[in-house]
Amino acid sequence: MILAWLLLIPFIGGLVAWLADRKKLVDPALVTLATLLLDLLIVIGFYFTRDAPIEISGQQWMAVLELAWIPRFGIGFVLALDGLGLLMVLLTLFLGVVAVLSSWQEINHRKGFFYFNILWTMSGVIGVFTSLDLFLFFFFWEVMLIPMYFIIGVFGHENRIYAAIKFFIFTQASGLLMLLAIIALVYFHHQSSGVVTFNYFELLGAELSASVAYWLMLGFFIAFITKLPGVPLHTWLPDAHTQAPTAGSVILAGVLLKTGAYGLIRFAVPLFPEASAEFAPVAMSLGAVSIIYAAAMAFAQTDIKRLIAYTSVSHMGFVLLGVYAGNETAARGAVMTMLAHGMTSAALFAFAGAIGQRIHTRDMRQMGGFWRSAPRMGAIVLFFSVAALGMPGLANFVGEFLVLLGAFKANMLLTCIAAIGLILAPVYSLIVIQRIFHGKRLVEKPIPDVTTRETVMMLMMIVVTVGLGVFPQPVMELMASSLDLLPVVAFNDEAGMVSQ
Amino acid sequence: MIAIPVEHCLLLSVMLFCLGLLGVLVRRNIIFVLMSMEIMLNAIGLAFVSGGARWGQADGQVMFLLVITLAAAEVAIGLALVLQLYQRYRTLDIETISKMKG
Amino acid sequence: MLEFLWLVPLLPLLGFLLLVLLPLTKRAAAIVGVGSVGAAALLTLLIVVELFGLSSDAQVFRQIYWTWMQAENFTAQFAFYLDPLAAVMMAIITGVGFLIHLYSVGYMDEDPGFARFFAYMNLFIAAMLVLVLGDNLVVLYLGWEGVGLCSYLLIGFWYDSHANGYAARKAFVVTRVGDALMALGMFLLFLHLDTLDIQQLMANANDQWQTGSSLPTIAAALLLGGALGKSAQIPLQTWLPDAMAGPTPISALIHAATMVTAGVYLIARTHELFLLAPDIMFLVALIGATTLFISGFTALVQTDIKRILAFSTISQLGYMFLALGVGAWSAAIFHLMTHAFFKALLFLAAGAVILCVHHEQDIFKMGGLRKRLPVSFWSFMIGGLALVAVPLTSGYYSKHEILFAAAGNENSGQLLWLLGVLGAVMTGLYTFRLIFTVFFGEENTRVHESTVGLVVKLPLVVLCLLSIVGGWFVLPLDHVFPASEEQAISGITSLVTDVAPFVGIFIAYLVFHQNKALADAVVAHTPGRLLQRFWFSGWGFDWLYQKILVNPFMLFVRINKNDIVDSFYRLAAWLMRLIHRLFGLTQTGRMQWYVGSIALGVVLIVGAGIFS
Repeated sequence: MILAWLLLIPFIGGLVAWLADRKKLVDPALVTLATLLLDLLIVIGFYFTRDAPIEISGQQWMAVLELAWIPRFGIGFVLALDGLGLLMVLLTLFLGVVAVLSSWQEINHRKGFFYFNILWTMSGVIGVFTSLDLFLFFFFWEVMLIPMYFIIGVFGHENRIYAAIKFFIFTQASGLLMLLAIIALVYFHHQSSGVVTFNYFELLGAELSASVAYWLMLGFFIAFITKLPGVPLHTWLPDAHTQAPTAGSVILAGVLLKTGAYGLIRFAVPLFPEASAEFAPVAMSLGAVSIIYAAAMAFAQTDIKRLIAYTSVSHMGFVLLGVYAGNETAARGAVMTMLAHGMTSAALFAFAGAIGQRIHTRDMRQMGGFWRSAPRMGAIVLFFSVAALGMPGLANFVGEFLVLLGAFKANMLLTCIAAIGLILAPVYSLIVIQRIFHGKRLVEKPIPDVTTRETVMMLMMIVVTVGLGVFPQPVMELMASSLDLLPVVAFNDEAGMVSQ
Repeated sequence: MIAIPVEHCLLLSVMLFCLGLLGVLVRRNIIFVLMSMEIMLNAIGLAFVSGGARWGQADGQVMFLLVITLAAAEVAIGLALVLQLYQRYRTLDIETISKMKG
Repeated sequence: MLEFLWLVPLLPLLGFLLLVLLPLTKRAAAIVGVGSVGAAALLTLLIVVELFGLSSDAQVFRQIYWTWMQAENFTAQFAFYLDPLAAVMMAIITGVGFLIHLYSVGYMDEDPGFARFFAYMNLFIAAMLVLVLGDNLVVLYLGWEGVGLCSYLLIGFWYDSHANGYAARKAFVVTRVGDALMALGMFLLFLHLDTLDIQQLMANANDQWQTGSSLPTIAAALLLGGALGKSAQIPLQTWLPDAMAGPTPISALIHAATMVTAGVYLIARTHELFLLAPDIMFLVALIGATTLFISGFTALVQTDIKRILAFSTISQLGYMFLALGVGAWSAAIFHLMTHAFFKALLFLAAGAVILCVHHEQDIFKMGGLRKRLPVSFWSFMIGGLALVAVPLTSGYYSKHEILFAAAGNENSGQLLWLLGVLGAVMTGLYTFRLIFTVFFGEENTRVHESTVGLVVKLPLVVLCLLSIVGGWFVLPLDHVFPASEEQAISGITSLVTDVAPFVGIFIAYLVFHQNKALADAVVAHTPGRLLQRFWFSGWGFDWLYQKILVNPFMLFVRINKNDIVDSFYRLAAWLMRLIHRLFGLTQTGRMQWYVGSIALGVVLIVGAGIFS
């Protein structure tokens, strides 16, 4: 039942926030903050008071909720939480808090509607991370999309409609592919077993012919890689990020992208293990290309949010590489990268928003020399830039290192290509510092340094980033059992192998 | 009673239909367009009736009744629209009221 | 005291945190900054004394703190490993580091970024200690990247100037090229040897790999890549001269005494792996010899006092690589230590000079400073003599050990030795060109009569002392490295090696003191001028990289700024709009057209139905 509450609290909170704003009772931001903190508390409380794990088809689950929904089609309201899901839910709620704090002063009109959308996105995302019925999963997949569309389209910057529609079409079209794949999967499962069901556990062992499995896997893969996003389906991201309000960017980068990676780990690979193994070299290549291509693109940008958006693509390339490397080391690295990227990119976007509020531009050519007037802000941005470029001791390094270590086992050539990303990462990360904080001051009046609210928000994220970088082990053990279903694939490229 | 051959009836109905269609296509005044449509409907009705007579079944007459009701309803709405249009544009020229361009 | 090993890197780290988090006054910042490193140095002294008090085969101490990362068979403990090699490095880092911190209190006195400077410096010391103490390659890599970051931060310390920022980023990115190679080397080692724990790794490598087989060769080559980047050897040396944009104490600490020697340390630390790859060993020696030779010529034509010293550093690092390559491990570490002393001394003295002449760095705008700045002059003189390896100075002992080892190497030893000796001549030449130009001749600059404070003088004096007596120690590294067999050195070799620096000094005396017109005459002719320009640019490496790497990259990103991939989607959107417009054309708004087309359609369809 705890799982249903996790979903319902932001859902109800969203309605309350909207109503509260209409009736001018309380600040909807406060309502939102309280809702998210309550949800966060419940999750943490649940983690410490949880019962013995429940085992379903060989997997350990911390909590499971199974209700009949549309029994005629074998659709159930199935929610379950395991280590991976728990981490993702925690990340979601944490970044939700950050998003609220970062938009505290930015949003001034239709506040209630804005926070309503934020909370409903949260609700949808938590649903995605917990639902284990494919129909329900698809339902939440769409639910998180629509409020996000409004966040970008209503509260965004100058070119918001274009960005919102682009975001919508990309996700919707790829979601359609996933829906088709889900229905086809259920159909073929029905053909072989005579049971109509959308239940994840029952579909796990579906007997499919190799070619059917391959096509269905592609349907899932394209949906998830669009969300991830990986090259060449990434182009909605820079536009969406650039135009979204700060909170939108934070949630988009920190949370929504993770749903794509989560989908790969939870659904695309375990449902079609053989097909995925066969497809792995292609997927890993896409990952490696994403890393390098997006890194180069990031360097070229002059719009700060666009730059950060491309770095997201680059980082998520590591996730793609790790998920398909087919060993646990890389998979752990992939999840660590998801968490780490959630922190760094969210923090950088929050700062891009903070700077934008101060000087009303996102164009880095009009910035420069901010260190003099805002040294603390400079130091914090420097911290997150350095984290983003993979400094050991901070969270991103753990993820990237493990991904590359595992991927090296699977495919040396692609790992070597991906390692070029390590060289390009400082190129794009440090240019941010150079253009904004170093150099001569171009803006006449000094920009104000960080406020207390921003400091608190950033300190929270710094603590998590350092914590994950120095003591990642507890987190990695938490996720361990969730990654069992990623098959250990023994494929190697002979050309890249070094004979002894 | 001398039965009129069904071919003749059908020929007449086709001719009436074509006349009506021609009227719809070439007239510019909406009233005339509506009248031409009436002719087309009646041509079809004639075809139904003659068909019914030929096969000795009531279906044709039934369909004609339907067409008459339809035509009545259409005229009622159509004339109302015509009045509205005339009040708004002070003309009944169909060319000048072509606002619904793509 | 050994159990307090963890405290040594932690002290400077705490200093860093205090300096970053608290708004300290200048005085407090100096106390925290210098005090934390001083305490670390003191603790290091106690630890080193205790370590060397143990019996020689028990001089190993490992401390495991927590499991950093673990997945499948991969485990990285957060652990420190102390052996004589690490102890020597620790002593150098904290000792020289403390002196330079002390000096910085005077040097940076008027800088508004005083606290920030000490914060970065403390972080650097902490990272460098982690680097040398790391028990496995991952912890080593933590320090490795950490020092790279501090180097970046400190080169770009004066952030107002774009050139400084560029130099800082160049340093970071170029060394990162090496780091990426090193990371790949780590992956390869782990894949085949199932561990990244250095000691275990070396043991496994010895067990499983045969000397000269391809795997150790590739692994060693990849690690070498990392070492080349950090230690500024060809082909990754281009960042170091630009790194002189940072404050002078930084150049002394990071870009001469400690960080740039990390590559030497890495190879020495993994020497067993390199012994399994004789080809790579020879490559190391060759790269070292080439680097020392080439940068010697480059140093000769520079005009910026710090750039001369920078190229000299590259050259001296080349000697260390030469030593590593011929298997003279302790000679390499020995030279690392003496070089840390005398090069830090030279930089600090240069810093004192620069301060006194209003931040002028062009040596030809100085001159005759000998009488005005006696402390700097004598420091420079002693450092210079040690650098050119004049007998009885520390540099003499270490450099000779290296050259003799090179001469005795069976693998093209003569060539390596010859390059080394020519390099020694060049060292004498460029060092005394600098000294003659700056300190002798007539005075042509106004000297800022600032009383150089005690905090500046004391480190100079201590380093002067160390530069002289530093060579008299025998480093207790016998148990870390395999014993190198005594080479029989012929008398001629020995004599030539001894005389080489004096030749350089003598030429410098002739050309740059006695007859200054000579140098101008050489440069006046076209070949001379071209050669000078070529050498001045560092043998064209920067130009080459600019052309083949940077420009294509910049071209690509500039052309592709709007993302070529997106144009496909834009094309799709455009196509949709086109189709939309085409269909829109049929929507004329004229009823007759609609009726006509309906009629036509009916006729066509019915016709098709009838006639098919």
